[in-house]
Amino acid sequence: MMLQQEDWTISCVPFYLVKRLGYHAVLLLAAVCLSYLLASLALDPRAYYEGRQPPLSPSAVDHHLTALGVNDHQPLRDRFLHWADRAFLHGDLGETIDGTPVDAEFGRRIGVSLRLLLAGTVLGTVAGVLLGAWTAVRQYRPSDRAVTLASFALLSTPVFLLAVLLKTGAIWFNQATGTDLIQFTGERSPGADGGLWTALKDRSVHLLLPTLSVALFSVASYSRYQRSTMLDVLGSDYLRTARAKGLGRRAVLLRHGLRTALIPMSTYFSYGFLALFTGATFTETIFGWHGMGEWFVNSIGKNDVNSVVAVNVFAAVTVLLSGFLADLLHAALDPRIRRAAS
Amino acid sequence: MNPLLEVTGLDVDFDGRAAVRDVCLTLERGEVLGLVGESGSGKSATALAILGLLPGNAAVRGSVRLDGSELVGAGERELTRIRGSRVAMVFQDPLSAFTPVYRIGDQIAEAVRAHRDVPREQARSRAVELLDLVGIPEPALRARAFPHEFSGGMRQRAMIAMAMAAEPDLILADEPTTALDVTIQAQILDVLRAAQRATGAAVLLVSHDLGVIAGLADRVAVMREGRVVEQGTATEVFDRPRAPYTRQLLAAVPRIDTPRRPRPATGEPVLTVRGLTRTFPVHTGTVVRRRSGTVYAVDGVDLDVRRGETLALVGESGSGKSTTLFELLELTAPEGGSVELFGQRLGTLGRAEARALRRRIQIVFQDPMASLDPRMPVGDIIAEPLRAQGADRAVIARRVPALLAQVGLEPAHADRFPHEFSGGQRQRVGIARALSVEPELLVLDEPLSALDVSVQAEVLELLRRLKEELGLAYLLVSHDLAVVRNIADRVSVVYLGRTVEAGPVDEVFARPRHPYTQALLSAVPVPDPTRERHRTRILLPGDPPSPTRRYDGCRFRARCPLQADLTVDERKRCAHEVPEFEGDGAACHFARAREVL
Repeated sequence: MMLQQEDWTISCVPFYLVKRLGYHAVLLLAAVCLSYLLASLALDPRAYYEGRQPPLSPSAVDHHLTALGVNDHQPLRDRFLHWADRAFLHGDLGETIDGTPVDAEFGRRIGVSLRLLLAGTVLGTVAGVLLGAWTAVRQYRPSDRAVTLASFALLSTPVFLLAVLLKTGAIWFNQATGTDLIQFTGERSPGADGGLWTALKDRSVHLLLPTLSVALFSVASYSRYQRSTMLDVLGSDYLRTARAKGLGRRAVLLRHGLRTALIPMSTYFSYGFLALFTGATFTETIFGWHGMGEWFVNSIGKNDVNSVVAVNVFAAVTVLLSGFLADLLHAALDPRIRRAAS
Repeated sequence: MNPLLEVTGLDVDFDGRAAVRDVCLTLERGEVLGLVGESGSGKSATALAILGLLPGNAAVRGSVRLDGSELVGAGERELTRIRGSRVAMVFQDPLSAFTPVYRIGDQIAEAVRAHRDVPREQARSRAVELLDLVGIPEPALRARAFPHEFSGGMRQRAMIAMAMAAEPDLILADEPTTALDVTIQAQILDVLRAAQRATGAAVLLVSHDLGVIAGLADRVAVMREGRVVEQGTATEVFDRPRAPYTRQLLAAVPRIDTPRRPRPATGEPVLTVRGLTRTFPVHTGTVVRRRSGTVYAVDGVDLDVRRGETLALVGESGSGKSTTLFELLELTAPEGGSVELFGQRLGTLGRAEARALRRRIQIVFQDPMASLDPRMPVGDIIAEPLRAQGADRAVIARRVPALLAQVGLEPAHADRFPHEFSGGQRQRVGIARALSVEPELLVLDEPLSALDVSVQAEVLELLRRLKEELGLAYLLVSHDLAVVRNIADRVSVVYLGRTVEAGPVDEVFARPRHPYTQALLSAVPVPDPTRERHRTRILLPGDPPSPTRRYDGCRFRARCPLQADLTVDERKRCAHEVPEFEGDGAACHFARAREVL
């Protein structure tokens, strides 16, 4: 009987994942339709063209709007079908209000956002987990209290304030050392040339402060969650069993403690990426990076329907992918879920 | 030569509060020492202190010598070397005692590798050997299972296998069978005995159950409020107890082998249940939920309770006892079968009639802490059923103090909260709440299982007195057969959702006719070392089968000890013909009375 169960579990997992993926595809479709509807109803691209200097003739405005597929004199249904036809069949998300292809802009912005966030997120997650686990083991000792205090101080600091503080710190550092060691505007120094090595070094230097600002928040929040899940596990009977077996303290805390305490974190991890995407708008602006967040805010200001929809599609994909990753991670970490899920 | 373990003057404090005081114990090689006491007596703390496994808020003083070397104050490195290799532990709740994310076999292999430098593969095959040794069928396959895929009994076997991994000199077993059903307990005690024989290890057996201690221990130490009050050989302590507390404890413990002559009840029937069934659907799928199976929780239960009578419904976990109770308390038409309460058939009643009936049947729950609202003064808790029945203020003001007095509590304590009472007092509050609306039938769902022996005896006495005074009928659900023998007039045994035997309590206990009843009764340990060691146990193989399928013929036959002696034709009959339950007696084609106590 046990053998049957085992085989069944193994064969069912991919099926389960395919089912989840299908489910997510349906949700994505719904999200895309709704965001197109919302963007088309809330934004007014006509106003953008009418406000142009020098003024455009009404027929020219109409011409531009029709070319973009956002002419409000056409029925919304037709506009949507036109857009959907191009988007779903050709992967073409249309043009921005300035006439450049959305797809190209999209690709470029994603790259920027990824480069900006990836290192900070990964670093912050790992450091947050370790710090949280460590403080849980040292509950109520001075080190735990100090980390708790620092975390809450960080969490209650708005991101723009933190970023500005980091900048100030960097300026002070640069002045004190009399160098230009820390760069914090843009992705790289304009006009810098040299080999691959120099370029890489230049980019890393530019990444330092944004990464730090992203990572600090992750560390602060993850360490709080991880501390509490770890505390739940620390009092558990199976850690006592592991000690009674004669395992060393490290093996007990890491292999049996932290490993189990990671299970409830899987949801936080995957949705953490999402939270960073939305929160990154400030980080991008302050450090002069041209990523997704900045694009979103700018396109709303310009009444740029196609760009706003594109960013929304990106957000929807991120949410659903995060959910899917959370499922995967949860199933990978917890054998009890594997059975129940299939 | 030194004794294997020598504990002298052991003190344990938790946050400065004394938990263990001046405990002295010695344990020779290969000996079984039973450490018995009620909750809070410090017996578990003593066992954990030996291996330095107490939580961080504990302070330990005194001396624990293992083969002459001191363990109190020893460094973590030294203790880690001893843990598992020379002294191993078996814990109480085997589900929470295994790390949920690793396979059973790997966790045992880890214990092997903790002390011996062997390759992973070799440790794994040793784990399989150990699982085989503790009687796990198909051990190579089961080693790959996760803890949640094991039943409670199998997990405890695996726990013992893990303790045996490094062939320790001493096994500390902390309430090793407390979370288990009685037939599974019998299996596990057997495994523990076998493990002890196989390794020659000494065992420190910690238990609150005097019967378990009597069956296994060579010597016994009795603990109370952190101190050892008596110590001696098992026969000395059980037959000629010196300490007053031991005498009190032995007198209080309900015994399954004390006959009682209950008066046969002659009152009119208050509850008649025939062929009750209740199924639950099993659903799968998250987006599209579909029914993928059925749990046959109750599948043919018959009950008869008369006025002034106590009927005990006994069976193991998952046998459908609680589901039966809750079906009755729904006061609606059952899914299958019929229920008659006070002559009225459920399902034919209007709202007002059902409401009136609600007053006449009340329930006392198992866990007195969980079933009382912690933010409500007990006076309000007791008054609540009265309010629900629309009683006015004057009645409530008069009834509440009277009820408190009736269950032996101080009427002035009505404005106190549940946490200010002890476990036994809380259960009294629960009883007062049920009695408030003057019911005629009281349903008792495991009313004593959360209580210590001496408190149990008091609550048992209270229930007996109330029954006399108020002419109540009780429907008692219990897994504790000793309690059942002491309070019930009649008993009804269920197996896998179906009544298999019923009758007057003395008759069923003295001459059980159904093989399951026989096995159940024979599994209950008696607090008498001489008798306990000479009883023949009927050990049932394996775990109760899954209630998610229907069985042709007799549902007990897969575990039935009679099967081996039956002819082919007789076995065929068991496989195809469902044995019917007809009033008192046993639902078995080959029922034969047998004394097992």
